[in-house]
Amino acid sequence: MTILLIYVAIFAAAMTGYSLVRGLFTRKHDFTSLKTVTFGDESAVSSNRVASIISVLSIFLIWCSFTGSTLVPGFLHVPGPFVGKASIAYQATAPDGSTDDGIILVDVHQASEAADLAPLDAAADVGFARDRSLDMVAWRSTLISRNDLLPDAPEAVITSVDGRPVTPNGEIEIPSGLVRMTDKGSLAFEPAKGWQMEPIWLPAPETVVARFIEISKNGYQNVTLWENLSWSLYRVLVGFFLGSIVGVPLGYAMGLNSWFRGWFDPIVEFMRPVPPLALIPLIIIWFGIWETGKISLLFLAALWIMVIAARSGVSGVRITKVHAAYSLGASKWQLLTRVIVPNSLPEIFTGARVAMGVCWGTVVAAELVAAEKGAGKMIIAASKFQNTDIVIMGIILIGIIGYSIDILMRMAEKWLIPWKGKA
Amino acid sequence: MSGLKIDNISMRFELPNGGSVQALQNVSLDIAKGELMSVLGPSGCGKTTLLNIVAGFLAPTSGRVELNGHVVTGPAAERGMVFQQGALFEWMSVRKNVSFGPDMKGMPKAQSREIVDHLLDTVGLRDFKDKAVYELSGGMQQRVALARCLANDPDVILMDEPLGALDALTREKMQGLVLKLWKETGKTIILITHSVEEALLLGERLVVMAPRPGRLHREYRLPFAEMGVNADLRQVKKHPDFASKREEILSMIWDMEEEIMGRTESVA
Repeated sequence: MTILLIYVAIFAAAMTGYSLVRGLFTRKHDFTSLKTVTFGDESAVSSNRVASIISVLSIFLIWCSFTGSTLVPGFLHVPGPFVGKASIAYQATAPDGSTDDGIILVDVHQASEAADLAPLDAAADVGFARDRSLDMVAWRSTLISRNDLLPDAPEAVITSVDGRPVTPNGEIEIPSGLVRMTDKGSLAFEPAKGWQMEPIWLPAPETVVARFIEISKNGYQNVTLWENLSWSLYRVLVGFFLGSIVGVPLGYAMGLNSWFRGWFDPIVEFMRPVPPLALIPLIIIWFGIWETGKISLLFLAALWIMVIAARSGVSGVRITKVHAAYSLGASKWQLLTRVIVPNSLPEIFTGARVAMGVCWGTVVAAELVAAEKGAGKMIIAASKFQNTDIVIMGIILIGIIGYSIDILMRMAEKWLIPWKGKA
Repeated sequence: MSGLKIDNISMRFELPNGGSVQALQNVSLDIAKGELMSVLGPSGCGKTTLLNIVAGFLAPTSGRVELNGHVVTGPAAERGMVFQQGALFEWMSVRKNVSFGPDMKGMPKAQSREIVDHLLDTVGLRDFKDKAVYELSGGMQQRVALARCLANDPDVILMDEPLGALDALTREKMQGLVLKLWKETGKTIILITHSVEEALLLGERLVVMAPRPGRLHREYRLPFAEMGVNADLRQVKKHPDFASKREEILSMIWDMEEEIMGRTESVA
């Protein structure tokens, strides 16, 4: 919730700041700046590059400041967990009314560091309330048993902590955290957690980068990073290729012939809304968890999308173009190859982009379920060992690859079908 | 026999609701080789249906179309068609569009190239041969459509409002071009139009059709097409005969429209 509020605040501040700064420095005279009506005019809205950059930077900044990253200066960090030495003074009262003071020395340190506790001076510890020293890891809480503090006085109870009276189920706040008394009279100490995230939940960016460098050098679980990613890509490409070479001709047949359309329409319309992920269990039963299974799944994921794209590509041919081709002497085959196929290419390309996206998502999910190698396999294996940094690195790489595939497809589209949208 | 014979054509469309529409009723026309005929009529008079039957896209309910003695059964290269717009292949360059017909016949490249170059010069697109068609203006695209049709050397050219989507100035230029091409190539041309002026200018012979059922209404023999060849079309339009013919036909079509409106209103 806090993070969301901070994010909204950054958004609003950046927006206001940017428009103030722009108003001061630049006066453009392009078409858009001369428009008096811009609200509601879609063509006047373009993606603001500055906003995109600030958006990415602010997500990065929030990530850094909530993980205590060393990439940003310390004053940008939100308060971290309590780390260091603390002492909890307590007083116990025996049934006869006598009291004794004890002290608990605590060293709270990061999980990666070792404790640094001086040994207690046992000779100075007189009375029935013992002194104790405690080695703690940040973000963790510890129970300090009453029997451990008062081993020789089974009837005595702890009556105050840090000079303030305490009763069972009561809480005492001290500068380094919270001391709670259980209903059995023991003490539980929870050092202040601050706002930062534990590395096990969200590692700092530099940890992820370091992990990326390490894994790209040494691999993870004896599989190199490159091998993991290229297995995923290979499955996507093979599945997509198979889905296309079956789906596109089938889509054409459905667009050109009533019998084909009638026959396959129920199948296609039924299978289209079934998410490929829902097929994983059946695919595993039928084909097992090896490559056949995954490639069949991706084949199915791509197939329906490509069938529908090709079918609507054929339906999209203007009848005047068909008439023109026939009256210029084209045969049916010439009409198909010279008019219908090129005319449907824009639709097929749009379908291919969607199919590639779906296949990429599906392959990762399929690898999460069962795989030896692959991007999904890598992150699910890492998550089992709570290697959150590998999980995050994997997610970022999966995102980058998915985005790159889409960019490449768009570039190919521009190059191969320059007439798209210009008919 | 040479020429186009439209022999007692009727066309009836069955509607999904069980009714039917008589789109054409007993239409007969003999069009001589090299004749330029324009067809005019209010909306719904069946002009486009007639043209589609001649092109072979539709089979008439009764009657038949003969070209040079054989019966028309489907579309063929002997009957070229120029559409209003959107019939060019935007995945091909201007040159490829024009050579589409020759390519379909398997004509050698060198030969088709010569034809295409000549035609594109004729329609005034010398400098646009390798452009993509979507880079051209509407008027230029229609020039490409004309050249593409002529490249196939058809016996008859069917034009379905080829200039309907153009602005007035471009349209007038294109009308001159149509007349010039007609005179130079000697093709038989049937041109459908909504514009009375265009029908008068681009018809040695003008057929006015009437709606419900679609049928021939009147026929004129006109001198304006001959006058307009390689001449200033505005001068032709100033001709007193032109003005009076225009008035006559306009009021004729006006009456037909009124009659339809009246009839629909009384039905309603």
